[in-house]
Amino acid sequence: MAETSTTPVGVEVKNLSKSFGQQVVIEDVSFDVKPGEIFVLMGPSGAGKSVLLRHLVNLEKPDAGQVLIDGKDAADPATHKAIRTALVFQAGALFNSMSVFDNLAFYPREHRLYNKSTLRDKVERVLKILHIEDTAKKLPAELSGGMRKRVAIARALVMEPQLLLYDEPTSELDPVTAANISEIIGTLKEEFSVTSIAVSHDRDLALGIADRVGLLMNGKLIALATPEELAASTDPQVAEFMSPKIDIQDPRFRKIS
Amino acid sequence: MNTARNILEAIGSSLVLLLRSIGYLPSLPRQLGRVFDYAFHIGYLTFPIVAILSFFLGAVLALQTGYSMNFAGGQELIGRIVGLAVARELAPLITAFLLAGRVGSSITAEIASMTVYQEVDALRTMQTPPERILVMPRLIAILFMMPVLTIVAVLLGWFGGGVVAQHVEFIGLDPNVYWANLKSVTEFKDVMNGLIKAEVFGFFVVLIACNQGLITRGGPREIGFSVTRSVVTGMFLVLLLDYVLTRILM
Repeated sequence: MAETSTTPVGVEVKNLSKSFGQQVVIEDVSFDVKPGEIFVLMGPSGAGKSVLLRHLVNLEKPDAGQVLIDGKDAADPATHKAIRTALVFQAGALFNSMSVFDNLAFYPREHRLYNKSTLRDKVERVLKILHIEDTAKKLPAELSGGMRKRVAIARALVMEPQLLLYDEPTSELDPVTAANISEIIGTLKEEFSVTSIAVSHDRDLALGIADRVGLLMNGKLIALATPEELAASTDPQVAEFMSPKIDIQDPRFRKIS
Repeated sequence: MNTARNILEAIGSSLVLLLRSIGYLPSLPRQLGRVFDYAFHIGYLTFPIVAILSFFLGAVLALQTGYSMNFAGGQELIGRIVGLAVARELAPLITAFLLAGRVGSSITAEIASMTVYQEVDALRTMQTPPERILVMPRLIAILFMMPVLTIVAVLLGWFGGGVVAQHVEFIGLDPNVYWANLKSVTEFKDVMNGLIKAEVFGFFVVLIACNQGLITRGGPREIGFSVTRSVVTGMFLVLLLDYVLTRILM
C-alpha cells in the first residue's frame, strides 16, 4: 500500500441531496469542516444524519451535489485509498468471529502496513490509550455496550485515520459511559492528528466537545454554529431541539396527530 | 411482477458479484489461508453426510435394480447400472444438493449476518472489499473440494451397490461379477463427466449463497429468509444446470 499522509483533512459538503424512492432524506445540504476540527452534526432521529455520514465513506452515492475530502470526491474509491478515513459505527460493527485484538489488527494486516511486533505495539498502544487492555483476548459478544464503543473507536484509531467519523457514539449508553466516550473523542487530538465528525442527538456531547455544530432537521441544515451560539439560539426549532420541555398536560404526540 | 423483478435482480447481482470476484483473483496468493480455512469448513460440514448418503444411494439403486431384474434375469447388469448412474448423475447431484443444504445455508447465514450487523460495511470502509475476502476464496475453495467430495460419493455409491448386490438374498451377485460389469461400461470419461458437473454445480451453489448473503437487507428475520432462498435457488439451479450439462456432455 502506498504511504499515506497522517495530517488531518478538511471536508466540504456541497449541495448534497439524497432520496430513497419518494422519501427525501437529505435536501441541498452544504457545510464544511476544517482540518483538525471536531464537528458534531446534530438532529432528531430520522433527520438524515447517518445517511449523510455514509456519503463521506462512500457507502452511499449522492443523487445530487458532492462531498469533497481534502478536495477529492468522496464517491471516488481512489480518494479513500489516498486518504485514510474511518467510521465508528453506531452498533460498533465489530467482527464477531474475531477477538478484540484481531479486530484492531484487521486493517493493518489486510493492508500489510507493519511487521508483527510493530503491529502488536500499535494495537497495544491504542488499547492502553482507551484503557481497554484487558479486553484484547475477548470476543465482542463478551463486551458491554460502552466497551464495544471503545473497541470500535480503538479499531478506527489503529487505522491512523486523517478523518474519523462517529455514528451516534453515545447512543444506548448510560450518562457516565456516554460522558466517558465524549471525553475520549474530545481528547483524541492530543494523541492523534485527526479531523473528527460525529453525528449525534446527544446535546452534552455536542456542547461539550464540538468546535462547531450543525443541526439537521428533515434533511435540511437549519443551523451551523459554535456550541455557545447554538445553546443561546432563539430560533424556535433550534431552541426546541436543544431544550425540549416535557409537558404532560399538552403532549407533542397529540398535537402531531 | 415483483417475483420476476426479484429473480432478475438476483441474477444480475450474482453476475456482478462473479465478475468482481474474478477481478480479485490476482490477490489469491494472499488469500490462500482463507481458501484453506473455507475448504476445511466445506469438507468438515459435507464429508460425513455425503459419505453416508452416497453409500445408501448406491445400495438402494442396486436393490431396486436387483428387484426389477429378478423377474427377467440379467442381474449382472446391476454393476453397469450402478456404475454409470452413480458416476455420471447421482454422485454429483447428491453432493451438490447436500452442499446447497449444508454449506450454502451456512455461507448465506454468515454473510447475511455480517451484512445486517454492518460488518460488511465496516469491511468496505477499511478498503477491504467483501468480494476479495468473503467470496473469491470460497469460490476457489469449492473448486478444490467438489472433486474430492464427488470422488468420495462415487466410490461409496459403487461400494454400497456392491454390498447390496452381494448380501441381499434375492440378488446374491458374486462381487467379482459386480465389479467386472461395473468396470466394463464405466470409463474414465464418465467419472470426468460427473466431476465437471459437480464443479459447475458447486461453483454456482456457493456463488448464489454468497450473493444472497450480501444482498440481505433488514434484520434477523431476513437472514432466515435469505438462507431459505439460497438453498431453494441453489437446488433449483443445480437441476437446471444438470439438464443443460447432461445434454452438452452426452
